[in-house]
Amino acid sequence: MTTPAPAQTNKAGLSKNDYRGLPSTLCQGCGHNSIANQIITACYDLDVVPEQIMKFSGIGCSSKSPAYFLNRSFGFNGLHGRMSSLATGALFADISLRAIGVSGDGDTASIGLGGFKHMVRRNAPIVYIVENNGVYGLTKGQFSATAEVGLDLKHQGINQYMPVDICMEALASNATFVARSFAGDAKQVKELLKAALSHHGVAVLDIISPCVTFNNQENAIHSYTWGKDHEAPLHEISFIPAMDEIEIQGEFAEGTVREVSMHDGSTVLLKKLEKDYDPTSRANAFQMLESVQLNNWLVTGLLYIDESKPTLTETFNLVDTPLNRLTDPELRPGRETIDKINGMMF
Amino acid sequence: MTKEVINDFSITIATVNGSGSQTANVTLLRALFKMGIPVSGKNLFPSNIQGLPTWYTIRINKDGFVARRDEQELVVTLNPVSFARDLASVQPGGAFFYADDIKLPIARSDISIYPMPIKQMARAANVSPALRDYIANMVYVGILAHMLGIDMETIRQALSFHFKGKAQAVDSNFSTVEAGAEWAAQNLKKTDPYSVTKMDSTSGYIMADGNTAAALGAIYGGLQFAAWYPITPASTLAESLNIFLPQLRKTSEGKQTYAVMQAEDELAAIGMAIGAGWGGLRSMTSTSGPGISLMAEYAGLAYFAEVPVVIWDVQRIGPSTGLPTRTAQGDLTGVYFLSHGDKQNILLLPGSVQECFEFGWKALDLAEHLQAPIFVLSDLDLGMNQWMTKPFIYPDTPLERGKVLWESDLEKLKGIWSRYKDSDGDGIPFRTVPGNKHPSAAWFGRGTGHDENARYTEDANTWESNMARLKKKYDTARTLVPKPIITATKGATIGIIAYGSTEPTVEEALILLKQAGGPNAAFLRLRALPCTSEVQDFIKNYEHIYIVEANRDGQLHQILSAVLPDQAPRFRSACHSDGLPLTAKWVKETILAQEEKQ
Repeated sequence: MTTPAPAQTNKAGLSKNDYRGLPSTLCQGCGHNSIANQIITACYDLDVVPEQIMKFSGIGCSSKSPAYFLNRSFGFNGLHGRMSSLATGALFADISLRAIGVSGDGDTASIGLGGFKHMVRRNAPIVYIVENNGVYGLTKGQFSATAEVGLDLKHQGINQYMPVDICMEALASNATFVARSFAGDAKQVKELLKAALSHHGVAVLDIISPCVTFNNQENAIHSYTWGKDHEAPLHEISFIPAMDEIEIQGEFAEGTVREVSMHDGSTVLLKKLEKDYDPTSRANAFQMLESVQLNNWLVTGLLYIDESKPTLTETFNLVDTPLNRLTDPELRPGRETIDKINGMMF
Repeated sequence: MTKEVINDFSITIATVNGSGSQTANVTLLRALFKMGIPVSGKNLFPSNIQGLPTWYTIRINKDGFVARRDEQELVVTLNPVSFARDLASVQPGGAFFYADDIKLPIARSDISIYPMPIKQMARAANVSPALRDYIANMVYVGILAHMLGIDMETIRQALSFHFKGKAQAVDSNFSTVEAGAEWAAQNLKKTDPYSVTKMDSTSGYIMADGNTAAALGAIYGGLQFAAWYPITPASTLAESLNIFLPQLRKTSEGKQTYAVMQAEDELAAIGMAIGAGWGGLRSMTSTSGPGISLMAEYAGLAYFAEVPVVIWDVQRIGPSTGLPTRTAQGDLTGVYFLSHGDKQNILLLPGSVQECFEFGWKALDLAEHLQAPIFVLSDLDLGMNQWMTKPFIYPDTPLERGKVLWESDLEKLKGIWSRYKDSDGDGIPFRTVPGNKHPSAAWFGRGTGHDENARYTEDANTWESNMARLKKKYDTARTLVPKPIITATKGATIGIIAYGSTEPTVEEALILLKQAGGPNAAFLRLRALPCTSEVQDFIKNYEHIYIVEANRDGQLHQILSAVLPDQAPRFRSACHSDGLPLTAKWVKETILAQEEKQ
C-alpha cells in the first residue's frame, strides 16, 4: 500500500483544491471559465485565505462564475447591474476582507453603468472584473453596450451605435487601477489579477472574454481569432508579492523594466515591449485608449495605477474591530444619554 | 366683542417661501407650548426654494386635540399673491392681520382687520439689509404676542433654542418682537375674542419631529450602516443621523462604529443597505414614494435571499412626483406587496413622534430577528412637522441579533449547518456573515432559486417548500410585530381602524361623533402588518368597522379585505386624500353620512 503524495500547499497551508468552486455550467470554451481558473491560481499563489475574500456578481453568464471559484468564500450573486451597490455596502461589514466582483459587459456597461462609475469614483476596495464579450449570452445573443459598430448578430441585425469603452469609463470616473486583458492570454490575466488583489482601492479589469456561442465570428472584436491576431500587450507583466524578495534578473534586463510599488509592499514589474509605457499617467492612459480605438488594436496590460488615494472604507475612520463583530456596549449609546437627547429637543 | 375664546382656535400664517418665516412660525409654536398650552403646527409648503406661497397653521387647543382643522379663526398674511384667498379663509368673527404695504381691497365686515407695518418696522430694525426680510417676520410674532397675550419670556426661550443660544441672533430677533408688540399696544385696538393664557398641559412633553425621532431611535437600535438619496420629505431623517451619530456613537478615540453614505440613487441606496445587512450590519435606508418604487426589485431580493434591512418610507402624496411637499398615506398597498412574485412585506406604522423613535430601534431588531426587509411607514406630516410628544424612552430590551452562527457555534456543530433550513419550526433559518473564519461558514447568497444549502436549483419541490417556509416565517412575524393600541369605548357599536399620523384626528373624531349624537365608536390603531390576532378579535366585536386613512383608494381597506375576506362585508372605507392631514370633522361627517345610509 502506498500513501498518496501530500497535495502541494501554499504558504497558507492550503492546496489548490481549497480555492476551487463548483463545476462550471458555462459553455465549453467560454472565456469566463479560463478567468475563473486564473482567479483560483492567483489567490493560491498569493496565499490568500478564502475566508478572507468576498465574491460578488450581478446577473448574466459572467455573474454565474463566482460559483465556480473559491467555494470557501462568502458570495452574493445579486441583481442585474447592481453589483456595485451591493458590494459597496458589504465592504463595511469587515474591512479586513478583500472583495472580488465579476460582472459582464451588459451588467456593467448597459444596466449598471451608473452604479459602476459611482463605485469607481468612491475608490471602493474591490477587484472589479468585467468579462467582456460584447453580447448578452444568457438571454441568447443580443447586443451589449460594448458591441462594436457593424457587428452582425443572428436575429439582431447590424449594430449601429458606438461602443462603451469600459476602461475609458473607469478612467473618466477617476479609477485608481485600470487594466485590460484577453481571456486567451492566461498568464497576463493571472498577473493582472494578482496586482489587482494587492491594489489599494478599486481595480477595474476589463477582460475580453469571447462568447463561443453567440459572438465568436472571426472578424468580431470579442472573438478568440480577432483577439489573438490583434492583441498588443503594452508590457510583459509580473507580480512580486510583498513577502518575496524582489530579484530583477534573468529575463528582466535592467533598463527595460518599470517597477510599480503597491501599497502593501508588493511590486508590479512591467517589462518594456515595443515602447515604454508609464501607467502612472492618466493622460497616457487616455491617449493610449484613444489611439488603439483608431488603429483597431486590442491593447492589453496595466493601463493606469495610482496607489496614493484613500479607499472608500478608509475615508470613514472606522473602529479596528470589524463592524459586524461589535456588540451592544459599542452599538447602543448608554442609558444616561437619553435624558440629554430629550433635553436637546424643545 | 363676542364671548372671549381662550386657548381654543387656529392661526394660519401666509408668507412667501424662502423668506425665513419658518423661524417665526416655529417660534410662535414653541412659545405657546412653553406656556403649557397644547399646540400643533403644520407647515404647508410648496415644492420650491423661494418665491411661492406657503402657509403655516397652528392649532391651539386646551383639551389637547392637535389634529389639523380646516377652520382658521386668525389669519396672518404677508403675501399679496395669496391675500384674497387668505382673507376669505378667516372664520366669521375671526381676525385678519396683514402687512400694510399690500394695497388690496378688504371687503369683509364680519371679522377684525389689523394692518401691520411690517416693512416699515423691518427697515427700522438694527440689522443688515440682508437680514431685513428675516427680521420682518419677527414683527408679526410681536404683534400676535401682544394681541393674543403670548408670554414674551417664552418667545425669548424659543428664539434661544432656535439660535442655539447665540446671543446676538437672539437679541436682534427678540428686540424686533418687542418692537412689534409695543407697536401693537399703541396702535391696535383688540376687537376679536381670541387669546391665550398659561396652562399646565404640556409638562412631561417635548417637541420634536418624526424624522429626528426615527434617526435617534435607529441610533439607539445600534444602527451601523445607512445609505440614502435626497428626497422630500425623507431627507431630514438621514441628515439627523449625520447630526446625532457623531455625538452618540464614536469611541473615546474618535473612531466611528457606523457609516452613512449618500448614494447615487435609491437603487444604490437600498443596494448598499442590503449589502451591509448581508454582511451582518444593522442597516437601513430612508426614502419616500418615488424612491420606494425604485427600490422594488431590491426589496424582493432582500425578501427572498433573507437579508435584514430596514426601509423607512416617509410618505408624500403620489402617484408619480405628485405633490412632493404634501402628505398622504398612499404607499401602504404598494409597499405591502412591493416587488414581483409571491410575498407580503412586514410594515411598521408609527403613530406618533415618540413611536418613530421606538420603531427606529425595533425595526432593526425585527429585521435581524426575521432576516427580512422591514418597512416603516411614516409620512410628511409626522416626519417633518414639530409635534408635542412624550419623551423618547430608552430601549427596554437588548439588541436582537437573530440567528447568527459564529466560529465557536460552527465548531460545536462540527461545521454542519444549512443556510435555509427551518431548524426551529419558526421558518427562520440560521445565517453566517462574512469574516467568519470557519471553513464551513461561507454560503452563496442569491436571488435565484436555491435549496437549503443556498445552492442553485430549479427543482419544483424545492422551490415550493422554500416558499412555504417563507410564508411560515411571515406567520412568525405576526407574533413579533407591535400589537395595535385599542381604545375601547363603553357601549360601542362601531369600530374604527386607523394607523399612523391620523391618530389624533380619530381620537378627536370619537368625541365629535358622540357630541353629534352619532354612534359610540371603539378605536384600534394598527401599528403593523401582518395583523396580529388582536385585530381579528377587535373586528369581531363590532357591527361595522370604519377604516380611516389618508389616501384615495382605501388601501388598508384593500389589504384587510384581502387578508380577512370573511370579515370584509363589514368593512367600510373612509378615505380621503388632498395632500393635507385629515381633519376630525371630516372623519365625523364621513362616518355619520354612511351610518345614515343604513
